[in-house]
This record gives sequence, C-alpha cells and structure tokens, in this order.
Amino acid sequence: MAFVNPKKKEVQVKIVYYGPGRGGKTTNLEYIYQKFNNRIKTEMVTIKTHGDRTLFFDFLPFDIGKVNGYDVKIQLYTVPGQVKYNATRRLVLRGVDGIVFVADAMAVRREKNILSLKNLQENLANYKKSVFKVPIVLQYNKVDLAEQGIPLLPLETLNKDLNSRLKTASFPASALTGTNVVATMKKIISMTMASIINELK
Amino acid sequence: MSYTLGQEQLDGIEEILQRDLIDVGVRCVFLIDMAGNIIANRDNGKIKHDVYSLAALAAGNFGAVSAMAKIIGEGEFSLLFHKGKKENIHFNKIITEFLLITIFSNDISLGFLRLKVNETVEKIKQILESVQAS
Repeated sequence: MAFVNPKKKEVQVKIVYYGPGRGGKTTNLEYIYQKFNNRIKTEMVTIKTHGDRTLFFDFLPFDIGKVNGYDVKIQLYTVPGQVKYNATRRLVLRGVDGIVFVADAMAVRREKNILSLKNLQENLANYKKSVFKVPIVLQYNKVDLAEQGIPLLPLETLNKDLNSRLKTASFPASALTGTNVVATMKKIISMTMASIINELK
Repeated sequence: MSYTLGQEQLDGIEEILQRDLIDVGVRCVFLIDMAGNIIANRDNGKIKHDVYSLAALAAGNFGAVSAMAKIIGEGEFSLLFHKGKKENIHFNKIITEFLLITIFSNDISLGFLRLKVNETVEKIKQILESVQAS
C-alpha cells in the first residue's frame, strides 16, 4: 500500500526483493546503491548476521523524481532468504507495492527457487494479497557463472518452474556484474507505478 | 489495509505534533504506518536525521517486538522505549496500523513525555479513526 501525501505532494512506494537464501537480493541493492551513488542521499541500511547474511532486511530509499506532479520515493527492501527467518520475511512484506523475485539460476538451486516462490505466495496470503495481483518481476540471477563452467538452469526450465502461471516479465541477470540489475528495477518501478495510478483512479 | 489521508487531516496531525510535542521540547517526532511509510513528521529544526531509514527500521523493530509478544502469550507490547546517553526513542502504537515515534533528550523526563504522548495519541486516534471509518 503506497502512501500518498497530498500535502507534501509525495508518494512512498515499497518494493521488496524476495527469493531464496544466497540468491543475490542484497547484491542487487548494493549494485544499485553504487551505481546511483550521486542520487541516493542516505546510507543503505542493512541488518546482517556475523556471517554476512541478511538477518532482517536491507533498506535503500531512492528518489525517482516527479510523476504526475508528485515526488516519488521508492523504498527498496530485501528479505532474509534463509528458510528459518520466515517471521521476519513476513514482516518486511507488510504494505508491499511491488516485488522482484530473485531466483538463483544455478542448477542445484532449482528446488529452493520453487519453494521460495511458494513461500512468497503463502506470506502474501497472510496480508490478503495474491502473487497474481501484486506487480512482480522475475530475475534469474547469476548467469555470469556460466563462464566458470557452473551448471545453470536453462531459461526455459526457469520459466516453466516459476513463470508458467505468473506470466510476468523476467530478466536473466548478474547482480554481481550489474547485468540487467537496473533493467529489473526499472521494470518493477514502472509496473508498480502503473498499478498505483490505476488504484487511485 | 488501505487508507488515504487528505490535506486537512495531515494539517491537523502536524499541528498536534507541533503543539503537543515539539513545542514542549521533543526534538523530533514522526507518525508512520506499519509498512514503514512516513505520514507526518516534525522536528525542532536543529537536527537532521534520516527519517526514511528510521521509519523503516522502527516499523521492523516494532513488528519484531510484536511477534515476540505473541510468542510469550501477550497480545502486544503497545509501548517501547530505548534509552541512550543523550537521545532516547519512544514508540507508541495508535490503533492497529500506526506508530508514533518521538526522539527526545534527557532534558525531558520519561514520565512527562509519556503524558504528552498519551494526550497526542488520543487526539490523532480520532483523526485516524474517522479516516478508517470513511
């Protein structure tokens, strides 16, 4: 639920990066933070464990300028991917406007992706939201690993596993090198803004 | 939950925050929803905090504490307080969806702050409930 402030002419939009553990959600935000360093005025907030894994969430506020006369403040969040942190994952999803599902393209992670998407569906249901209605973009991360000879899932398999019912935009990407990280973000922002404008009509 | 606040209600809320909290010495106050969005904020003009990050963390923090409350069989802890050397933070829930956060120095006693926060919460509650009902 985006918050529209008619007084300040400002809209706050919450976009959450979801997906299995070690999939690259935090790396996505870190890349965006570095890339748009000159436009992001504040520090990126992260709550990590000692092992450098996300414990609660990462948070990156981001101004994209004016849409229909309103200042749009995009707030990017990640969730902790590890299965055991479901309670905190659910908290972060509260009031979500748009979702990027970061899947891990490594062949060994196939089942983890499917389970995580199912978990997203369950957690959204908790807020009476449906994965089929909330704007969502899929990102198949770690495609750069192919160069190192690590077996990856073919795009057809990833699409079949994750996108056969969602039928949404998907991007093969590398959060580490930045390939398609910005494209993924732009897509989810435009889908989310369209959905918010539609809702406000 | 979906809600909208008009100019009039936001003006009303900001006026209450200014008069009842900032004018009595609170450094910074903000009203957020549980998703971490800032609805209104006022400060004494002397401090510059990153309020968006604070709001995101405050909503997460409050959510985590509420989840802890449920595990030990409490419905919720409606009030939270963090004490620092110079600055303190006080959280107070308003209805189910909103949180009033005040940042204050040691010049103000916790008792006095709680009294003022309680008064403020009652007034803001009326505005927010009329929004929810409509």
